[in-house]
Amino acid sequence: MKLSDLTNQAGEWLRGSGPMSEIVISSRIRLARNVSGYPFLSKSSRHQRNALEKKVRDTILTLQPADHMLYVDLEDAPQVDRDLLVERHLISKPHAAAEGARGVAIGENETVSIMVNEEDHLRIQVLRSGLQLEETWAQINKIDDVLENKLDFAFHPRFGYLTACPTNVGTGIRVSVMLHLPALKLTGEIEKVFRAAKDLRLAVRGLYGEGTEATGDFYQISNQTTLGKTEEEIINDLKHVVIPKIIDYEHQARKMLLTERTVALDDKVQRALGILRTARLIASEETLFLLSHLRVGINLGRVKDVDIRTLNELFLMTQPAHLQKMHGKKLEGDARRAVRADYIRSRLGGN
Amino acid sequence: MKCETCGKIATVHLTEIKNGKKIEKHLCEQCAAQSEGLSTKSHMPINELLTNFVMNHGGLATKPQESVACPHCGITWAEFRQSGLLGCEHDYPTFDKEMTPLLKRAHEDAAHHVGKVPTRRGSSGVPVKRTLDAARLRKELARAVETEDYERAAKLRDQIRQAEG
Repeated sequence: MKLSDLTNQAGEWLRGSGPMSEIVISSRIRLARNVSGYPFLSKSSRHQRNALEKKVRDTILTLQPADHMLYVDLEDAPQVDRDLLVERHLISKPHAAAEGARGVAIGENETVSIMVNEEDHLRIQVLRSGLQLEETWAQINKIDDVLENKLDFAFHPRFGYLTACPTNVGTGIRVSVMLHLPALKLTGEIEKVFRAAKDLRLAVRGLYGEGTEATGDFYQISNQTTLGKTEEEIINDLKHVVIPKIIDYEHQARKMLLTERTVALDDKVQRALGILRTARLIASEETLFLLSHLRVGINLGRVKDVDIRTLNELFLMTQPAHLQKMHGKKLEGDARRAVRADYIRSRLGGN
Repeated sequence: MKCETCGKIATVHLTEIKNGKKIEKHLCEQCAAQSEGLSTKSHMPINELLTNFVMNHGGLATKPQESVACPHCGITWAEFRQSGLLGCEHDYPTFDKEMTPLLKRAHEDAAHHVGKVPTRRGSSGVPVKRTLDAARLRKELARAVETEDYERAAKLRDQIRQAEG
């Protein structure tokens, strides 16, 4: 498989299926690991950094901890390819922008990605659609087991897995659930969710993780505490305590909109559809915003002629790097907005 | 100080560094809440804020130690506090005294790992079986403390000491 093959398909997590998929977009777990005997990246020489990248890359390609592993060398990759990987949630923004020897291994229909030389030597990630935290944990735990057969991970009996930043030490786990909460946003109750999450020591972030704003009513909720709890406890707190509550609030807010503010709801949804089907120039932020409204319309049965799979693909393919990859050339400004609008109209049967 | 937006008493004071320029904002609670997601506007996610908070407080009692450098990677505690990133795996035991209170602040008062343990011999040289036991015991200890079973807690504490040698 080549990187260019990715543009023609949507990853597993965008299937739009999976439990609770009307509200839960995806479940993601990542593990931070470092290889013993090598300094962390801030204190690595160029030589050490190169040697580690090669060692980890060779190990991954030999062990194949997930099916059909593809390794992308990010030091040599063009900007558009790196951006494409960010848009597909396979690498972080800092990893795309960094310098020096680094890469990412992608496998199993894009559910698995292993970043090499990000903040830690390895950042293993599993991303699945809907609320599937237990399956995600089982999958990533297995990958971690396979890798530790060949890689001696830095570990201390008291501190656990040792990470570059002490906020990740111990389990090295970050469990994140991506939620679509348009109704709570519309009813103005979203702030309550933020406050409750903060009280429970959970982080709320935007679509692309750390340092990104919540756009299009997508919110990523994740644990902050990584020490003093087992992986299962951290997962269970989210799965059984926090996430069901938020889902329930969103359901109630949607029901309220549907029964008491039907016209206002339909107005938002139909306007979104109207613009998407007719616009000739459209920016990515506006697209995200309108697709978000359309999504809730589909979920609530107010729009019948667009399916969720098409919508999910639109979310993915209308992003800058995807559009440019699709057209095989650099597109900026109005040229990009025009191409985006054309693509959306073609997918939504616009005129 | 008065709120910049409505003139009520300002209780939220925000300092933002944008392109190297310092911008200060003073708002009342209501205006701050309406100014959609201050934390996202400042491009500072919660865990970074937390890290900064922890870092700032973590160092107060540890001034004399700041010049001690890790014999493996050469990082000092002061350097770590600036960057927020450690230099190597040995920094954790090297800066144990400073690290433990910092970890407690960042991780809901915990300073002991109780999760997964590599099945291979850990790099610390401690046989994995032993560390597993210690981890399990520590969990039991936490439970004993929670249920106020102090007799059992004392027994477990001794066992943990033994297990860790």
